[in-house]
Amino acid sequence: MDGAMMSPGFDVERVRQDFPILSETVRGKKLVFLDSGASAQKPRAVIDTMVRTMETAYANVHRGAYNLSEKATAAYEAARSGVARFLNAADEREIVFTSSSTAAINLVAHSYGRGVLKAGDGVLISEMEHHANLVPWQMLRDAHGIELRVARITDAGELDLTDVEAKLADGVVKLVAVTHMSNVLGTVTPAARLATLAHAHGAKLLLDGSQAAVHRRVDVQAIGCDFYVFTGHKLYGPTGIGVLWGRMELLERMPPFLGGGDMISEVSLERFLPAPVPARFEAGTPPIIEAIGLHAAIDYVEAIGMEAIEAHERVLVDHATAKLSQIEGLTLLGRAQDRGGVFAFALDNAHAHDLATLLDRTGIAVRSGRHCAEPLHARFNVESTCRASFGLYTTLGEVDYLAEALVKAREFFN
Amino acid sequence: MFDDLRDLYQEVILDHGRKPRNFRRLEDADRHAKGDNPMCGDRMELWVKLAEDGAIADAGFQGRGCAISMASASLMTETVRGKTQAEARELGEKFRSLAMTGTCPDCGTAIADEMERLQVLGGVSEYPSRVKCATLAWHTLNNALDQKQEAARSE
Repeated sequence: MDGAMMSPGFDVERVRQDFPILSETVRGKKLVFLDSGASAQKPRAVIDTMVRTMETAYANVHRGAYNLSEKATAAYEAARSGVARFLNAADEREIVFTSSSTAAINLVAHSYGRGVLKAGDGVLISEMEHHANLVPWQMLRDAHGIELRVARITDAGELDLTDVEAKLADGVVKLVAVTHMSNVLGTVTPAARLATLAHAHGAKLLLDGSQAAVHRRVDVQAIGCDFYVFTGHKLYGPTGIGVLWGRMELLERMPPFLGGGDMISEVSLERFLPAPVPARFEAGTPPIIEAIGLHAAIDYVEAIGMEAIEAHERVLVDHATAKLSQIEGLTLLGRAQDRGGVFAFALDNAHAHDLATLLDRTGIAVRSGRHCAEPLHARFNVESTCRASFGLYTTLGEVDYLAEALVKAREFFN
Repeated sequence: MFDDLRDLYQEVILDHGRKPRNFRRLEDADRHAKGDNPMCGDRMELWVKLAEDGAIADAGFQGRGCAISMASASLMTETVRGKTQAEARELGEKFRSLAMTGTCPDCGTAIADEMERLQVLGGVSEYPSRVKCATLAWHTLNNALDQKQEAARSE
């Protein structure tokens, strides 16, 4: 089936031709890649840009007074501008390159956590966080004495805003750190409302956009959040590159996280003066090729249009919800009103790993286990699930094929 | 759609997975251990009753996990009953090699019958991410025999 019928201006078959890996076969079957939520495939434009950079314009950045280094520096800094436009940041210096979303959250937890938050201050997360937005705060609690609070989610898998408000009410919480879209439930959280709520109670808001930035247009100024993180490899870009966006006045109050080259303005054997933002947070040689690759990925999705991608995905989500709901013995985790293309499910007669092995034989790649969200699985009282997650190249036909395979898998284990 | 998966999920495995044998706690066990693969969510508890000469008189387990892990534990409890501890350990070692390679060329005649029974699990060798599911029970048995307190892991 052709998604173009439902999403004007978006031709999924044309898009698929941009991704070389989609013509691969798995155990003799056509690849049906439904694990983009873990890491997305790469379009030719990203692959070519990275190869071309290494072949023609590569050197270390911010160092050499020679042509190649100047070229590489210009491309690296152009990537920063590209990311700033992508998020609608007010100032491109508010973009800090890291190695991943995980590294970006750890940077905030360490630097803002120790430099600005005080022992006894609260950090509020939710029950549906990825371990990357849970463990750094547990570490901060253990090392620095902050109070870690956890907002409940509803049985539908939505953030319980009454509970959020209750946990903000006493003014202890100084930072709310929650996902913008759950990597298990697909739930999209009400970001702008959360920003208003947090600010009304004297807290800042960090959004983990690892999933959301792939599926929605993100405008950090319209949302009104204070920190936003996302990663390159889920956005059709390379691994090893992540982004921290923070409001300039907050970043300027934060001490450096890692020490080393490039993050100082002056250094002697006795002391150092940290460099201005963002260099202060980019110690060492940064992921240069990866940043340039991420820039190519952003250009790629922007050329298609985030709105068109979102519209295509809405069709997929509605179709998948209807199809999967019809399967006897299948439990879907979460039924949020506002959701993206991530579906975690369990069959009543098959363990997630057995199911994933069966699906693999049909060419379908899904993730199985707890998807780095162990407390969330405990919350729903399930041992493990399989997760199908969509990318902009996912077709309605693939969703149908998944549903058919699930019905047959249930028969197989009966 | 899944016909070619019968090499991995043979009827014996599906049967043991659905209705594991010796799925019971031994109240008078002499040895006990837990097995836990937290990443994939397979977990089990194993009890062993020893005979006067130290051989394995009985073995029982309880747990949750995928069909492969449950079937492997079930088949193991059947296989090790009546074996000396040394024989049980040797079987475990050979089984791990079977699970990883699909064959067991140096499986001597002394344990040929037992290995033949376990051969149904040899199909996991084609699925590297699933080998740990099949071997968890045997790691757990070793921990029980060694009287180790910590849970066995095979991931």
